[in-house]
Amino acid sequence: MTYRSSFWINTVNSFFSGILEFVETYVLLTNTPTLGGLNFAQASLVFGLANLGWSLADLVFGQSDNIPRYIREGKLEAFLVRPMPLLAQMITSDFQLRRLGRAFLGLVIAVIVLFWVHLDFNVATIYLLITTPLYGAAIYGALFVLAGGLQFWIVDGSEFTNSFVYGGSYAGHLPGSALLLPLRVFFTFVFPVTVTAYVPCLIMLGMPGPAWLPAWLGWLPPVFAAWTWLLAAVVWRRGVRHYTGAGG
Amino acid sequence: MTDSIIELDNLRRSFVVRAKKSGLRRARREVHAVDGITASVSTGEAVGYIGANGAGKSTTIKMLTGILVPSSGRVRTCGYEPVPQRRTLAREIGVVFGQRSQLWWDLPLRESFDILAAIHRLPAEAAGPRIDQLIDGLQLEAFLSTPVRQLSLGERMRGEVAAALVHRPRLLILDEPTIGLDMISKERLRQFLIAERAEEGTTLLLTTHDMSDIERLCDRVLVVDHGKLAYDGTLPGLARRVALQRVLVVDLAEPQPPVQVPSADNIASELNGARQSFAFAPDTTTAAMVLAEVSALAEVRDLTLTEPAIEDIVRTLYHRAS
Repeated sequence: MTYRSSFWINTVNSFFSGILEFVETYVLLTNTPTLGGLNFAQASLVFGLANLGWSLADLVFGQSDNIPRYIREGKLEAFLVRPMPLLAQMITSDFQLRRLGRAFLGLVIAVIVLFWVHLDFNVATIYLLITTPLYGAAIYGALFVLAGGLQFWIVDGSEFTNSFVYGGSYAGHLPGSALLLPLRVFFTFVFPVTVTAYVPCLIMLGMPGPAWLPAWLGWLPPVFAAWTWLLAAVVWRRGVRHYTGAGG
Repeated sequence: MTDSIIELDNLRRSFVVRAKKSGLRRARREVHAVDGITASVSTGEAVGYIGANGAGKSTTIKMLTGILVPSSGRVRTCGYEPVPQRRTLAREIGVVFGQRSQLWWDLPLRESFDILAAIHRLPAEAAGPRIDQLIDGLQLEAFLSTPVRQLSLGERMRGEVAAALVHRPRLLILDEPTIGLDMISKERLRQFLIAERAEEGTTLLLTTHDMSDIERLCDRVLVVDHGKLAYDGTLPGLARRVALQRVLVVDLAEPQPPVQVPSADNIASELNGARQSFAFAPDTTTAAMVLAEVSALAEVRDLTLTEPAIEDIVRTLYHRAS
């Protein structure tokens, strides 16, 4: 806690940027009564759960897509001469508590929405409510690591990786049925962000899924999380190997 | 396992550099940063690794520490293969890159040490006394609670050296540790390193641009040039092959005809003799002796002492060889 005022400014800032994104969904839904077959309250549930998962992932893995900066500052070399895995050092080197603001917002929205949307609180719903943000965090976290791994090749590639990390998160906050079919398939079976909120919500709301996105997929976030982590681990390891092979 | 802590066998490393040419065409050029170096360093030695900028020093060090994979050849550090066994190796070596920081920019120095002790999984009863010992040896008490970003370069560098030594490494690698430091900070650092080596028997590999670092700290010198080893031996041996002369430049109160003294050569006289330069060999005389002799003949207003430049040493090495 070295920069106290900066911490508070950043926390408030990340809180409000979260609100802004929520307002976006709100504006969309006040002009069209339903979004992808969900009403406002139901879409808010998707938003809340996705946002909670995303902000938890950002809290832990948020700086792993900052590889070019670490390379340029020579921090990566300092990390490499310490007896700890690179990724672990990257996570701990710059644990940004200010991102808590975002996570807190995610939690608040999720809780408010729970009183608003009419859910049948049975064992399955409660299980999904608890596990969805956690698996969501795992999936988004894997996307961050994947982005980091790719940046070993494309220096200044954060523009490119942002497109699927932040773009993916945006897609994850929306009802998956609102996405065009190719995007829907891409964001489910390649970067499974729809699984971080929308698909489990379908189960909770007792709705069938749209084409290519059956609701029973909502039981499978662990499988999708394992798949993204496998992908992320492979890319990350190859990225590190690329770095030690090609030099900085 | 043999007695040698570093083994390099025909070590090579090349980089592909893509230079932008006119339009879309790009020239692809291979640069041999390290071009077949064979050497070994025994446990307990202190070795100076010198060469001009871009001679391949840092690349060698990156290969020794597991940051870079060699293109070909073999490297063993502390008996390990650096890249595949990077984490095991990291427990046995300490590295200071003069231009990069190991410390946590926003944290007080003391906390950086505690974090490093935790990273190396040192038990508290071992870490505490060791850190105190380093704080004492490097005189760090005064700024222990200052965030690293507010330290002066000399203070930070002493902090860096302490950080690299927290886990009592067998091998200490210093890449340009004295760059940019003033004379007092340099000397403090050297004195500490001498004491530390006497106590712990740490092997030292040091790259530097300052020949006094080598004189004070190292028993052996490796000179690298264009990726190849140009000299491997003792410093007196190097001095026999090239002139490691220092130059004392004095400003005189009054312009004088060239002053001649017994222990040094008058090599230049500028400003009508108001500034004169004396070259001397540091192994036969001292700067003080030369100054005393000059002062006896003329009034000295100001003086500077220059070291032989690494570039000049390398150049003379080649002239002798050819």
